Amino acid sequence: MAAKRKNVPADAAEIARMQGTLRYRIRKNRISYVMLAPYFILFFLFTVLPVIASIFFSFTDFNVLELPKFVGWKNYIKLLLEDDIFIISLKNTLLFAVITGPISYLLCLLFAWIINEFKGKLRAFLTLIFYAPSISGNAYVVWNLILTGDRYGYLNGLLLKYGIIDEAILWMKTEKYILPILMIVQLWLSLGTGFLAFIAGLQTIDHTMYEAAAIDGVRNRWQELWFVTLPAMKPQLMFGAVMQITQSFAVADISINLAGNPSVNYAGATVITHLLDYGSTRFEMGYASAIATILFLLMVGTNKLVQKMLRRVGE
Amino acid sequence: MSRRRQRVIVDYSNRKWVPFWMRAKQTKLNRSKAGNGLLFGLMFICGIFMALPLVMVVNNALKPLDELFQYPPKVFVRNPTLENFSDLFVLMSDTWVPFSRYIMNTVIITMGGMVGHVLCASLAAYPLAKHKFPGRDILFNMVILSMMFSWTVTQIPQYLIISLMGINNTYLALILPAWSFGMGLYLMKQFMEQIPDSLIDSAKIDGAGEFSIFWRIVMPNVKPAWLTLAIFQFQYMWGNTGGTFLRDEELKPLQFALQQIVQGGAARAGAGAAVTFVIAAVPITFFLIAQSNIMETMTTSGMKE
Repeated sequence: MAAKRKNVPADAAEIARMQGTLRYRIRKNRISYVMLAPYFILFFLFTVLPVIASIFFSFTDFNVLELPKFVGWKNYIKLLLEDDIFIISLKNTLLFAVITGPISYLLCLLFAWIINEFKGKLRAFLTLIFYAPSISGNAYVVWNLILTGDRYGYLNGLLLKYGIIDEAILWMKTEKYILPILMIVQLWLSLGTGFLAFIAGLQTIDHTMYEAAAIDGVRNRWQELWFVTLPAMKPQLMFGAVMQITQSFAVADISINLAGNPSVNYAGATVITHLLDYGSTRFEMGYASAIATILFLLMVGTNKLVQKMLRRVGE
Repeated sequence: MSRRRQRVIVDYSNRKWVPFWMRAKQTKLNRSKAGNGLLFGLMFICGIFMALPLVMVVNNALKPLDELFQYPPKVFVRNPTLENFSDLFVLMSDTWVPFSRYIMNTVIITMGGMVGHVLCASLAAYPLAKHKFPGRDILFNMVILSMMFSWTVTQIPQYLIISLMGINNTYLALILPAWSFGMGLYLMKQFMEQIPDSLIDSAKIDGAGEFSIFWRIVMPNVKPAWLTLAIFQFQYMWGNTGGTFLRDEELKPLQFALQQIVQGGAARAGAGAAVTFVIAAVPITFFLIAQSNIMETMTTSGMKE
């Protein structure tokens, strides 16, 4: 090794200068790059390149069959100024992001925290109950049975039986019910990734920290939560926030499966259902890519804001 | 600080038998009965709401046909039967490709995607969490940002890349992209950040190389994290139908075959209910196994300086 090296440093000053150079630092950390390589090679191939390609497509007219034609900002101008349905879907998506996002995040945290009080089999069972909806694939289609618009629907059956309503309600065909119902189903479904990450995070907190805090004068569970538990699981809180943002901005499947696409008067339309409409149905990939890029920018902005807020936890 | 009355924490751990009321005191500080009642009550109510639709899935799978179409609808089954499952078996033995083939495909795709992703993501997360090198922050931020770009539009460029690599219509077309999902890397990095530096430094002083630090020190300490990641990835890979990437029938996973059966309409409502049950039951079983392992780590190891 040493014999092959060309530039042998003359004195301490030169060693210091060499250690500061980028090349030296890369060489010194080459083992880090070796460890990164398998993941990041695949990541560049299957994620970075496609994302760059999609952003490029957003400035073109592209129908998948013919080569893309460059059109400049045309897609974006049409999207923001002429597409009324996009504005409706944007409004709905923001409602999901503002309402179900934070509620679901807090519920994930609350339930993970309560479950952490339990031990053994009971704990596993409770975790399962809360996590099961998001693990069970498309089991949320059972909501279709609950919400069926005629008397055969469970909800209608129940309400009719107790005389709360006189005739069956077409839940998913009535504009004013669609969005609230979708929000409830989304909440039901959303105790997933963030929830389990919180549960795992709570488990790695060192127990002696609670004892030390009790000696230092922490008096109740709320103080303990704010001053000990939350600061200790900050990395998980940040992770949970990103997951929650990507989830609540990307609501689509439940809307399509429960309300249909397009839904009545676009009451259940979200940015992603709009995107799917153009991307998968009409094959206007240029336009769909422009929608995706705008959604991307929205999520990045929200994420910046949320991470800033989370830094102040426990202060 | 010194004036404050100190709480006495009695250590019962070296006693052989401890009565349960004393055991409770040992680990649960700062808990009031009113608070317990409030929180557990809230959880009980929410738990029922969360569990209800799944209870329906289980009950529907056990209902005979006449109960499935009964009016008024009942949540609970009255005459439970396994008819739906036997119907499902008949339909399964009737497929184009032997059904065991679908199961084998699913095992290969799910296991390949899960194990590979956990390894790749953990290996890359370790230097991102614990080393300082040029480009670290850029790489990490790219992963986070990538999670926010809609997957629907990147599918077409991804399809082109997979075709160019010549792995279209092979298992690899599903497995390799799954290795590089952003979420796993992010999750592992967040947990690895919590490992005290002193632990890694002392291993370095003992002469351990980076790979053996990763395998012997970092990974055992973040076992809850990678088991959780395995649950996520299992669930994702299990739900994969193969989509546009697998054209040959003999390569398609179980999920695809099961969904074909459901699409038979009302005539197959019974078998359909059984399918919904099976699709949910497999990841739940995996979840239970992994979760009990997570709990085990908690009692055997703690992350201490």
